[in-house]
Amino acid sequence: MSSLDSPTPEPAVPTASEYERMQASPEFAELRRRFRAFAFPMTVAFIAWYFMYVLLSTYAVGFMSTSVFGNVNVGVVLGLGQFASTFLITWLYIRHANSRLDPVATRIREELEGGSA
Amino acid sequence: MDIGSPGVNIAIFVIFVVATLFIVLRVAGTNKTAADYYAGGRAFTGQQNGTAIAGDYLSAASFLGIAGAIAIYGYDGFLYSIGFLVAWLVALLLVAELLRNTGRFTMADVVSFRMRQRPVRTAASTSTLAVSFFYLLAQMAGAGGLVALLLGVEDEGGQGVVIAVVGAIMVFYVLVGGMKGTTWVQIIKAILLIAGAGVMTVWVMAKHNFDLSELMGAAVDRAGGAEGLLEPMNRYGVSGTSKLDFISLALALVLGTAGLPHVLMRFYTVPTAKAARQSVTWAIALIGLFYLFTLVLGYGAGALVGPEEIASAPGGVNSAAPLLAYELGGTLLLGIISAVAFATILAVVAGLTITASASFAHDIYANVIKKGEVKADDEVRVARITAVVIGAVAIGGGILANGQNVAFLVALAFAVAASANLPVILYSLLWKRFNTSGALWSIYGGLATAVTLIVFSPVVSGKPVDPATGSSTSMIQNVDFHWFPLDNPGLVSIPAGFLFGYLGTRLSKEFNAAKYAEMEVRSLSGAGAEKATQH
Repeated sequence: MSSLDSPTPEPAVPTASEYERMQASPEFAELRRRFRAFAFPMTVAFIAWYFMYVLLSTYAVGFMSTSVFGNVNVGVVLGLGQFASTFLITWLYIRHANSRLDPVATRIREELEGGSA
Repeated sequence: MDIGSPGVNIAIFVIFVVATLFIVLRVAGTNKTAADYYAGGRAFTGQQNGTAIAGDYLSAASFLGIAGAIAIYGYDGFLYSIGFLVAWLVALLLVAELLRNTGRFTMADVVSFRMRQRPVRTAASTSTLAVSFFYLLAQMAGAGGLVALLLGVEDEGGQGVVIAVVGAIMVFYVLVGGMKGTTWVQIIKAILLIAGAGVMTVWVMAKHNFDLSELMGAAVDRAGGAEGLLEPMNRYGVSGTSKLDFISLALALVLGTAGLPHVLMRFYTVPTAKAARQSVTWAIALIGLFYLFTLVLGYGAGALVGPEEIASAPGGVNSAAPLLAYELGGTLLLGIISAVAFATILAVVAGLTITASASFAHDIYANVIKKGEVKADDEVRVARITAVVIGAVAIGGGILANGQNVAFLVALAFAVAASANLPVILYSLLWKRFNTSGALWSIYGGLATAVTLIVFSPVVSGKPVDPATGSSTSMIQNVDFHWFPLDNPGLVSIPAGFLFGYLGTRLSKEFNAAKYAEMEVRSLSGAGAEKATQH
C-alpha cells in the first residue's frame, strides 16, 4: 500500500475528477450496493414493526391486555420486544459494517488519499 | 408536601458544579482552532462520545417526565420510551456515519454540500435555531418546576433567579470549555444519571422480590385496583382524535431524533465514521438500559409513593422520581437524584447552546454574511458572542415559560426536527436528483407546516377548562382559535416535509455532478473527510 512506504502520513485531498472516476468504478458501486442492501430493507422492517406495535397499542387494547404471566401482558412483552429488536438490529448492523462495508471503504479511501489514483 | 432538605440538595449540586467546572477549566487550554471549539478536536473515542450522546439525549423530560407518566398513567408512559429508543436506528443505519464523513461542524454543512451555499445554509440554520429554541425552552421551563420541588423555592421570583443562575453557569461552560468542556459535562452527567437510576431500579425490584409482575400488581393495588395502569390507551384512549394524536406523537418521536441538531453535531466530535458508528451503538445500549430502568421506576413510584401523592406534590407528574428516591433512601438519595436532575438540565442546555451558536457563527456569519472569507478565530469569537445571546434568550424564555408543559415543548421540538430537518438530511445524502430548490422547499415547507399546525392546535388555545383548577391546559386562556384537532402536528407535517422536498426537487433541473460524486464517495468511504486535529 502506498501509504506504508511514503514517509509523510499526511493524506492527499482527492480532486474532483478522482471523485468522479471513483464514483463510476465497480468497486464503489459494490460499496453503495452493500450499504443500501442492508440499510434500506432494515429501515423499512423496523419502522413497520414499530408501527405495528403502536397501532396494536392504539386499536387492539383487548389483545394487548391479555395476560402472559401474572400481571405481565402481551403489551409489555411486545414493548420489551421493541427493545430486544433494537439491540438485535444494532448488533447485526455492526457485524455487517465491520465485515462487508469497512474493508471496501478503507480500500477506496486509501486509493484516493494515498495520492496514487 | 415538605420532603428532604434543600440544604443537602444544594450542597450536592454545588459539588457537581465545582467538579465539572474543574474539568472544563482543565480542557479549556486545548481549545485552539475552530475544530477544537465546535467539535472537541474530533478526538473523542466512540465510547466517550456515545456516553455524551446519552447525556445529551436523556433530558429532564425523559427522566422525570417518563417515570412520572408511567406512575400516573401506567403503560402509556412506556410508549414514549420505546419511540425515543427505536429512533436511534434511523441515526445508526442512515445518518451518523454519512454525516460524519461529509460535514465539518453543522447540519448545514451536509445539506448545502452540493447545493447553492447561501440560501440552503440560511434555511438549515433557521430550522436548527428553531428546533434548538423549542428544546431549550422546554429544559429551562422544566428547571423552574424542579426548583419548586427540590430547593423549596416556591415564589416565581425566586425560581426566576435560580433559572438565571443555572443559565449563567451553562453559558460559562460553553464559553470556556467549548465542545470539549460540554462533552465532559455530558459524560459525567450520563454516568451519574444512569448509575442513580440503576441503584433505584435494583432497590425497587428488591422490594418486590425481583418480580416485575409483583411490582406491577403493587402499583395497581396502590392506585385502588386501577387495572388500566397495565393496559395501553389508559391516557390516549379517550376518543378517536386522542388515538390519532398518539400515533402522531409516535411518528414524531421515531423520526425526530435523527433530525435533532445537537445530536447531529455530536457525530463530528469523533475522528472517523467507524467511531461515529461506535458512538451510536454505545448510546443505544445506555439509552435502552436507562429506559428499561424508567419502566421499573415509574411503576415503583406508583407502588411505593402512590399516584395521588405524586399528582398533588409540587412539580406534579415530574416529581415521581424524586419522591421515589426519598421514599427509598431518604434525604441523601433525594439530594443525589435532585442534583442529577439539575445536572441533566445543565448538560442538555449546554449542548443546545453550543449547537445553536455554532450554527449561527459557522453557517450564517462565516458562510452567508462573510461568504466564507473569514478567519477561524473570528468565527469562534462570533460563536462565543452568540452563545451569550442564546443563553440570555434561554434564561428569559425559561422564566416566561416557567410552569408550561415540558413534555409538550419537547414533543414540539421533535415534530419540528422530523418535519424540517430529517427529510432534507435523508434526501441530500441518499437521493441523487435532490437539489437546492428541493432543499429549500423541504426545510421551509416542513418548518412552516409544523409551526402553523402547532399555533392552531389545542395546546395553544381552546382546551376545555378543567373544573378542578379553574383554568384550561392550553397555553393561552379564554380564547379559542384552534382548528387543527391534534396536539402533535407530526402526522401531517412530517409527510408534508418529505412531499415538499419531492415537489421542490421536481421544479428544478439543477444538478452538480462533480459535487455529487464528491459527496457520495466521501460519505460512504470517508475519503477526504475531516480529520482529527493533532496536538
